[in-house]
Parts: sequence; structure tokens; C-alpha cells
Amino acid sequence: MSDREKILGRIREALRLPAPHPGVHGGASLDQGEDAGRREVPDYTDWLPAVGRTFEERAALFAKNAADLRAEFFLLDNESELPAAFQKLAAAQGWKRIVTHRGSLIDRTLIGNTLPVGYTDQGYVVAEMEASDAGLTECEALVAQTGSVLVSAKSSGGRALSVLPPHHIVVARASQMVADLGAAFAGLKAKYGEQYPSFLSFITGPSRTGDIERILVLGAHGPKKLTIFCVPG
Amino acid sequence: MIASKDFAARSRQVAADLTHRGFIHKALSGYELKRDENIGKFQNWGAARQSAAEIKWETINHLDHYLVEFTSKLEARGAKVFWATTGQQVCDYVSDLARDKGAKKIVKSKAMTSEEVHLNAALRKAGYEVVESDLGEYIVELAGHAPYHFVFPAMHLKREEISALFEKELGTAPTRDPEELTMIARKVMRQVYCTADIGISGANFAIAETGMISITENEGNARLTTSLPKVHVAIMGIEKVLPNLSDLALFLPMLATAGAGQALTGYNSMIGGPRQPGEIDGPEEMHVILLDNHRTQLLADPEQRDALHCIRCGACLNVCPVYRSVGGHAYGTTYAGPIGSVITPHLRGLHEWKHLSNASSLCGACTGACPVKIDLHHHLLHNRRNAAKAKPAWWEKIAYDVFAWVMDRPALYRLAGKLGYWGQKLHPLVERTFLDPARSWTVTREVPKLAPEPFRDLWKKRRQSATT
Ligand code: SF4
Repeated sequence: MSDREKILGRIREALRLPAPHPGVHGGASLDQGEDAGRREVPDYTDWLPAVGRTFEERAALFAKNAADLRAEFFLLDNESELPAAFQKLAAAQGWKRIVTHRGSLIDRTLIGNTLPVGYTDQGYVVAEMEASDAGLTECEALVAQTGSVLVSAKSSGGRALSVLPPHHIVVARASQMVADLGAAFAGLKAKYGEQYPSFLSFITGPSRTGDIERILVLGAHGPKKLTIFCVPG
Repeated sequence: MIASKDFAARSRQVAADLTHRGFIHKALSGYELKRDENIGKFQNWGAARQSAAEIKWETINHLDHYLVEFTSKLEARGAKVFWATTGQQVCDYVSDLARDKGAKKIVKSKAMTSEEVHLNAALRKAGYEVVESDLGEYIVELAGHAPYHFVFPAMHLKREEISALFEKELGTAPTRDPEELTMIARKVMRQVYCTADIGISGANFAIAETGMISITENEGNARLTTSLPKVHVAIMGIEKVLPNLSDLALFLPMLATAGAGQALTGYNSMIGGPRQPGEIDGPEEMHVILLDNHRTQLLADPEQRDALHCIRCGACLNVCPVYRSVGGHAYGTTYAGPIGSVITPHLRGLHEWKHLSNASSLCGACTGACPVKIDLHHHLLHNRRNAAKAKPAWWEKIAYDVFAWVMDRPALYRLAGKLGYWGQKLHPLVERTFLDPARSWTVTREVPKLAPEPFRDLWKKRRQSATT
């Protein structure tokens, strides 16, 4: 018998005795005969921290969370402002080389760009990406409730681009702003069906650690800085 | 019995070290403030806890169903699943894999299951270079310590100690700046990610619906560990499953809030398989190891089954007055604090580890803090009861037999009370010395005094004066 069968066998044997429901200390067990696969998913929205309904409220909440997390968030009035905003940041940070991936918002951002750019789409050399100053990506969603950016292997230039370079820049559209993680998951399901990318990540602020005396330090392994541009549309 | 002696000795030492306790206390009180602030942002923390507990109940009580769903989804996406009954099997599987791949260097992000099965030691013995990438784990490994806390492994070390350690091991200049210290580790680690052949991670959750594992971290080291090396190995306990991807919408904020007082941890990554067709990067192979290691034994105890609901947030340790006083190293277990005291007897043997369940004031702070509502302090009582039932101590048995015999005989009981009262007057002669029969109590506490006049005498007098 394989270990798979042995372990599953022990589990089935163990589960023959029913356990009391949560919150029923020492009491009788309820619905013992119930089958697995209760699929109705409760709506958590009413219990999690409150999020407004309009884009303005959500963007304001996102901005507040980003500030608390020490990420930069810029809400631009027009897509055409992207190149100037990007170039201003690049000049201020003194970047020499950036890495990115193909995408319509990225193309808009890089109009008039003079910095050397590497693209990950056809593969990349890890050491070159590591030595670059910034990684520029699109994303799947922005999450107002937590100030997070949802990236995936498909939407954001692979797994490493949003974590290896020391500065991560995200470009997003206002329509990508969602209330909470649940809404972000729903969006993924609608977009990919069963064919999820092999990698998804909610990025919440720059890389951080508190491992030394519980004191916050940014840039433990991943990016020290995170900048998010959001444009209408 | 050795484990209990060690525990007592180490506890006594740490409890007397007021500087150390002050240091730990300071670190954890910052946590409590932040946690409460974040709980306050929830519209209904109580309902969220109840819901989390119910979801875990549903999964654990149909664990076979969800594990089969999880593994078949994951395998369909090209990952290999290995079921391990024992820790040894995990070590053998990973060593064999490393050999087959011709690997030399292995990078790891935090996985408590790997601590549980002593994977690093096994891999190093087999000749591989293993580097812990989580900053805290890296520091404790360099220092040769066990993790002090399963969320904050190096919280017992002061920055000066870490600086001295880096100076000795890496030849870096001394510094008091936590940022500089972090950057030293960052620099070392960057090279490791780019050259490692295998990346090993843990998993905080596994999603049955989509066949994904979910990893929670702040530093980004787990993301690099699971992105750059050609082979990714994830090790997880069989209890980590959740039914739906959307359940994470509840569990991720709760884990962050209860565990570290954050709204959400820095990176929450869901990984379903190796690099898929059309994707740019990612490992060529993904192996997921499902570890039993006595978890099915705990599952077989319906009374304590909910201990498998644990999401290892560490909240129960952070609020525990015992943990705060004796520290994480006193326990001598992989999992310290209240949850460790509850499950270690199941994982490693009731009689050798029952003493941990006695080291509790039963204040219930752990139960109150637990985001999935595990009835921790009652489980400590259950362990005590089970231990006493399975193997009563002979002296306890004699003591209770004598007690019962005396209680059955009122005249004897009265006499015993009188003798006790007069006998106690002699106690100060030997109190706290080696001749003191109650020494283990009196060294740290006062003995309550028997009343000069027993209650029954007082009662008799009252009755008499009432009738006269
Ligand atoms: S028992 Fe509860 S509080 Fe303790 S680590 Fe597990 S989930 Fe957290």
C-alpha cells in the first residue's frame, strides 16, 4: 500500500468519530452525517474592515494604506501624464537600467523613455535583472482594503520581475481598483476560469522585516521601494 | 522524564533573568498594541473568528475529501505530490531529489515542518549546502540556536549580539543599526538565490478548489526561493487545506492581524504548479510533500481534533504569561507556547511531554487570542486528565486513597485537622530547607495557614449561641 493510501486510510478511520462544532465546548456534535464539499462561500465583506463603494472612496483608502505601508501612490488625471511621471521618478532615483514586460500600459509609460530597457517576455538573465535599478510591471488588481497590488505570472512579466529589482513600479487602471481580496479573487476567476497562472501574489508595501528587535526595516530581500501609478480607464 | 527536568531547569533560569524577560516583554507589547488597533478596524472580529473556525472544522472533518481534491488539481498542473508518514521519509525524499538533480546549493524559506523533521541537518549530512533565507532563521542558524518563536525566530537576540555574530561569521564591521544588519544579510542572500539549485518552502495554506499552496511572508525571500531555482519543493502538514481560493480573503487578513498586528502581511503568494506553458519564468519542477508525522493521531481524538485548525499565527504565544516568562527555548519543542503544549504530547508522546500542560495558569489568554477559536486552555486540561488516566503516578494514587479513606471517617478527619494545625506551627523550622516536605511549593510561594478553629467548631458554637 502506498503512503497516500495509508495516510488517507488513517484519516478516514480517525474521522469515524465526529468532533464537536466550533464554539460547542464539550457538547454534542452537530450534523454528523453531512457530506463534504459544502461549497457555499460565506460573504466575509460585512466582517472585514469597511471599504467605501465609489472609486473615490476606494482610491482614498488605498492611498492611506499605501502611505502607512511606505509605498508611493500616484493617482493621475490622465493616461498621457504617465511618461512624464515615470521619467521624473527615474531621474530622481538616478536609474541606469530598468526591466519590464510587454503591455499596453507599459508602452504608454515608456513613450519618450531614453533609459536602457530589458524585456522579460522572451526570457531573461537573472544576474542582469538583479543588477537593474527597477522593475516596471502591470498588475491584476489594486486592493483598497489592504493597499495591496495583485500580480500574477501572466500579467506582471513573470514571477521574479516584481520582486528581484530593488524598486518596483506598478502601472494600473482605475477599473482595476477593487474593494477587498474576495473581489480580487472573483476577478481572477472571471478572467482565467480554471486556467489560473501558476503564480499569484498580493504585494502589500515594499519588502520588510522586523526580525531584529521587532524594528521595521524595508528592503529585506525584495524591493526597498514600491511606487504605484493609477490612471483613469 | 528528561524533557520535563530540562524544561524546569531552563524555565527557572529564564524566569530569573529579568533583563531577558524585559526585552521579550517590550517586543511583544508593541505587537499587542498593533494587533488591537487592527482588530478594531474589523467590522466584526468575533464573526470573522467564528467563520474561520467553521471553515477549518469543515475541512479538517472532511480532510480525506479535500486532500484528494487538492492533490489531484495540483498534479493536473504538473506538480509532483509525495505523501510522507514520517519525518525520515521527507528527509530521504529531498536528499534523493537533490542527488538526482545534481544539486549543490539549496535555499530555504521558512517552513516549520522542516524544523519538525530536522531537514537541514539531514541535507547537510548528505553533503548539500543549505541556506535559510528568512532573516530571523538565518540569524538563529548562524548562532546555532533553535527558533525562539515560530513567527519571530530571532526575537531573543539583541542587535549587538547579531552584529557580533555577523562580525564573527561573515567578517562584517560592527553596527548597531538594524537596517545595516539587514542589508548585510540581503547582500549575502542575493547571491544565494541566483545560484541555488533547489528552493524549499513551507505553505501556510493549501487550496483544494484550485490546487495551490499559499505562502505568507514579509521579506520576499519565499518569493525569490520559489521563483529562481529550477526545482521548488514545498513541505506542508496535511492539516493546511482550505476548501476555496476565496477563503483566503478571510484567512489572510486574520493571519496577519492575529500574528503580527498587520492588516496584511507583505507578500501573500499562491503557487499552483511549476512554470506553465506560455509563462516566462518559474521552476521547471514543483514537488509538494504532505506530512503526516502523527497528525492523524491527533485527528483520531475528536475532543482535541480542533488543534489541527491551527494556522500557526503565534498569537497564543504572544499573549501567554508562561511563554513570556520562560521564553521559547525552555520548551525544547518545535512548536512552543500554548499550541505547542497542546500538540507536542500527541506528536511526540504524552508521558514525556505532559509536563507542558501543567505549565499553565489556565488563564485562557491563548483561547481568547486564537483567530480560529481553538479551545487551547481546555485542551491543556484534557492532556492533564489523559495523562493521569493513562498512567497515574503511584504516589498520587496512594495520596488520594489515604485522602478518601480519611474523608470517609469524620472522627479521623477532625483529628487530622487538629494535627495539621499544630503540625503547621513546626513548619517554619524546616520551611524552604531540604527537610521541608512541601519544598517545591514553598521555595516560591507561601503556604496558606490552617485556621486555629475549624469551620465545624465555629458552626457548632453559632448554633449553640442561637439556641441559648
Ligand atoms: S493555536 Fe490559534 S493562536 Fe495559537 S498559533 Fe494556532 S491559530 Fe494562532
